Amino acid sequence: MEQFLSLTLGGVVSGSVYAAFALALVLIWRSTRIVNFAQGSMAAATTFIAVAVIDAGGSYWLALVVALLSGLVMGALIERVVIRPVEGGPELNAVIVTLGLFVAIQGIVALVAGVDERAFVPPFSKVGYEVREGFTLLSLSPNSIWTVAAVLVTMLALTALFRFTRVGLAMRASAFGQEVARLLGVRVGRMLTLGWALAAAVGALAGMLIAGDVSFVGPTFMDTLIVFGFVAAVLGGLDSPIGAVVGGLLLGLALNYVRGYLDDSLLGMASLVILVVVLLVRPGGLFSTTAARRA
Amino acid sequence: MAEPPHDRTTERPDRSPTARLEMSGIHVAFGGVTALEDVSLTVEPGQVHGLIGPNGAGKTTMFNVACGLVRPSSGRITWRGQELRRLRPAQLSKLGIARTLQGVALFPGMTVLENVMVGAHRHAKAGFFSALFAVPTADKDDERLRRRALDALAELDAVAYAERYPGSLPYPVQKRVALARALVAEPELLLLDEPASGLSEDEMHELGELIRVLCSRMSVLLVEHHMDLVMRVCDRITVLDSGKQIAVGTPEEIRADPAVTEAYLGDDVDVEADAAELSGGRHTAPAPAGTEEAPRG
Repeated sequence: MEQFLSLTLGGVVSGSVYAAFALALVLIWRSTRIVNFAQGSMAAATTFIAVAVIDAGGSYWLALVVALLSGLVMGALIERVVIRPVEGGPELNAVIVTLGLFVAIQGIVALVAGVDERAFVPPFSKVGYEVREGFTLLSLSPNSIWTVAAVLVTMLALTALFRFTRVGLAMRASAFGQEVARLLGVRVGRMLTLGWALAAAVGALAGMLIAGDVSFVGPTFMDTLIVFGFVAAVLGGLDSPIGAVVGGLLLGLALNYVRGYLDDSLLGMASLVILVVVLLVRPGGLFSTTAARRA
Repeated sequence: MAEPPHDRTTERPDRSPTARLEMSGIHVAFGGVTALEDVSLTVEPGQVHGLIGPNGAGKTTMFNVACGLVRPSSGRITWRGQELRRLRPAQLSKLGIARTLQGVALFPGMTVLENVMVGAHRHAKAGFFSALFAVPTADKDDERLRRRALDALAELDAVAYAERYPGSLPYPVQKRVALARALVAEPELLLLDEPASGLSEDEMHELGELIRVLCSRMSVLLVEHHMDLVMRVCDRITVLDSGKQIAVGTPEEIRADPAVTEAYLGDDVDVEADAAELSGGRHTAPAPAGTEEAPRG
């Protein structure tokens, strides 16, 4: 029972990190119908910027703000400069471009920051709370609470943005029909840039949370997250921010049970099995807006 | 980004003579195929102007020229004394021009109300970033947009569907919503692309009455197949055939024009139907008494 509780809580924590990453993928998918394979290395880059801020004497929180802002700028720039020319073209072009970005950004990070892994100190203690005399719940620590809370707040903020603001309305309209939105006076190009900027900022948050979780950073430290984040996003239907978060949490739980009851080495395979099963059984994902489509 | 504040009363278009759409000498070619050849058309302020012709005559091309989707190779478009030739579709709504699309083209994953709110986009006052971070002025703005959208839906009798998703509604209701989305921007010129397709006889009749009401506030350019509707609501009609303008005039003049009859009878597709439509649309159902005898004009 204690093991189950510990695994479940641990699953929620790692799941919320997958969720943050999936959120970033979903934001880009719903605005431009592109799967951004460069998300991981973009997040690694912003995390290294944060490390530079901390090295220069800044606090974790200053570094976090800088990471988020540099994510916004990087996302907007990449959309404007690299992605804009392939938008609306064949899907394969966009896939190749984001794969190329993935390698290129990783290379640049390695050139600038070096290939060595660096220690990363999380903002809160990672020592688990002692639930009762003699039983410490390892996976429930101040830092894990911060991780989960940050992701939940981000999801709620994004949902509110899409649902209750004019900009969110325009972003959704652009995602559903660019031509029609344009005729109605929506500045579609601007909305796409904003989508990428927001996504990169969420990705930057994911990078900071993961760095705190694993306590190190390196040019490739986000690579495995791409797989997990992608599976989480597909699980949630690729279209819905809430779906991404629920998908991330479900995946986190499933993988943690695999880790705890089976074996560590099965994680990669387990996530791929989940991906294949979802695509076979519910290709629209658990939370895609099939209600609207079906009707 | 922030537009100067204005309220609804000043927004109501004054029927100044400049609010006239003039298209003259329009040529369009698609890769060597001439789609339009020297076509001219003027929509007078407050009038309903029909654009008709057999299939493939170039109606939709002309329509797309009017809203900037197709750039003519030569010709002039003047709107409020302004040259529109290099216009981008995104600027249309700022200029007070709204269009509906063939079919309905509503956003599937957004409620009816949200769909219409997108149409009211240009009336928002708050700037981009204040809207993004939901500062109080932006909140008030959203509330105003919501009210406008509800007003537009009310005018088209569709308020009851505000929270529904378009896909779950009958087609005629979707068409009304699409029209509300165009009207909510309070345009001075409304471009209607086959608004009657898929409507029943009764619904088409209602649509005709609505268009007559609307033209007290705006000019209307109407592309439509249903001849009885065109004859009933239009003040003037331009007839195209094979990319050329073959007639322009009041409904009576068009009906009496031998060149028009010729064009419709010469069309291989649906010869009898077109001919019947031209003589008053009696082939589909008996038209209400008097409508074909006394068209507006």
